[in-house]
Amino acid sequence: MLLLALDTSAAATVALLRDGAAVGRFGSSDTRSHAAGLAPAVQRVLADAGATGKDLDGIVAGVGPGPFTGLRAGLVTARTLAFVWDVPLHGVMSLDALAYDAAYGGTVPAGTDFLVGTDARRGEVYWALYRAPADPGVLPRLLDGPRVDRAPSLPRGVPLVGRAAGLYPEDLHGPADLASADPDAASLGRVAHLRLLAGEPLLGTEPLYLRESDAQVPGPRKRATA
Amino acid sequence: MNTTEPLVLGIESSCDETGVGVVRGTELLTNTVSSSMAEHVRFGGVIPEIASRAHLEAFVPTLRGALEDAGVTLEEIDAIAVTAGPGLSGALMVGVSAAKALAVATGKPLYAINHLVAHVGVGVVGGTFPDGLPENLGALLVSGGHTEILRVGSLADDVELLGSTIDDAAGEAYDKTARILGLGYPGGPAIDRVAREGDPRAIRFPRGLSQPKYLGSAEQPGPHRYDWSFSGVKTAVARSVEQYEAAGLQVPVADIAASFQEAVVDVISAKAVLACTEYGITHLLLGGGVAANRRLRELTGERCAAAGITLTVPAASLCTDNGAMVAALGAQLVMDGAAPSGLGFGTDPGLPVTTVVLPEV
Ligand SMILES: [Zn+2]
Repeated sequence: MLLLALDTSAAATVALLRDGAAVGRFGSSDTRSHAAGLAPAVQRVLADAGATGKDLDGIVAGVGPGPFTGLRAGLVTARTLAFVWDVPLHGVMSLDALAYDAAYGGTVPAGTDFLVGTDARRGEVYWALYRAPADPGVLPRLLDGPRVDRAPSLPRGVPLVGRAAGLYPEDLHGPADLASADPDAASLGRVAHLRLLAGEPLLGTEPLYLRESDAQVPGPRKRATA
Repeated sequence: MNTTEPLVLGIESSCDETGVGVVRGTELLTNTVSSSMAEHVRFGGVIPEIASRAHLEAFVPTLRGALEDAGVTLEEIDAIAVTAGPGLSGALMVGVSAAKALAVATGKPLYAINHLVAHVGVGVVGGTFPDGLPENLGALLVSGGHTEILRVGSLADDVELLGSTIDDAAGEAYDKTARILGLGYPGGPAIDRVAREGDPRAIRFPRGLSQPKYLGSAEQPGPHRYDWSFSGVKTAVARSVEQYEAAGLQVPVADIAASFQEAVVDVISAKAVLACTEYGITHLLLGGGVAANRRLRELTGERCAAAGITLTVPAASLCTDNGAMVAALGAQLVMDGAAPSGLGFGTDPGLPVTTVVLPEV
């Protein structure tokens, strides 16, 4: 099974996976250059593997939560590629990629609860609560979330993996090796691959903004002559 | 690639319209647009984040609709063009990301083009100028996002900005004034409608940047000879309304609307005709969403006629933001032998008109 995975919820990452193993990968930590770098990265990753879009069995997109502009760049890219190549399109919640990394890397003990948290900017964290699987080969189970909150209001006494731990060390604690990690397309693709193998449903590609736009309905007219 | 009658697909997402157009040379095959305007009504103006969200949802359906309407397939397309700027940053990002994905998936060359020049480029399709763009051409672009006067020597490589607004766009001034007068959104049609019942000479609202110190003379132009400012007239309207209210009088909404419109249209057309006269422009294209305004067309038409300038206004669907204008300019660039932009370019919310197409990076 050949899957192309994209995640732009934090960094911009692209991965090509053959039967769950990454055969090509691109990552940029520059969140502002999502639109500039994403499509060329897809082109390069496919060309390096000697594959074309028509060979794909599916495209997997991280649906956030994440800062809006970057998230949209990834989703419109994934939707357009899937439309033109006429391949199935799947969504995966981006925090699932980090949860996968934590559970499969053995960073969190089997059967225990843990949090995943990323940078939501404005002093807030995108987070979700997971339980690590007791058996290998099973994905972590999502218990709560995703949500967006200030760091001090996250559940206490549960280790947190992801960049939020590095950003808010006073409030959030977790394994040091994942304290500055962002969701990665290769892990996102593995999550999708395992779900597809297990016959589990995946998400659509509706973005998880978790916040309304900042727009305010105008109040009464302000006086021009103060 | 066919460079005599190239089949070009154009993508527009700089404001609140998601547009996909297809042209073959100078023949318009489709102008498919999805607008988020209705979602902005309760805010009284375009909300960039809401427009950007709408672009994401509208893009693939609009693309599919455009291909069906044009009766062409992506394999047949010779090139893709996309608005890279100027416009709203987050909104541009959706169209540019989509266009790059489309270019990667189809292997077609991509041209990242200037939105303002595309407003002029639309003149080559849809029967606006059946014999091609005339010589000594200028363009007056008036919308919710821009107010500019351009000199157009060649669409491909000779466009000059002669003047522009230094604050609000004219359409924005209409929206804000309509809100002050409680007339709803979008403000242009609302004010135009009410203004018909009012006296345009009832109140003398300011014509921004019209004092001699800004205008100067033809020989020694002032700093804003062909520029506009609309923040003053909006404030003057607010003050006028407050004075009526403070005096316990009924606000003469129709007279204020008519007087506001007269002030805006007077200064737009006067400065545009001044620029045309001094730059030897003999044909003027009026574009942008506000080109539909009755009084703007009337007064600009009168003044152009008096100055020996031929005024041309494209069909309304080609004046508002759309993908056909992007495709039309893209086709002109292909026919002119311009190099495509590659995939490495970024969006530029402040792209100057001197950059018609972004170079490869
Ligand atoms: Zn425009």
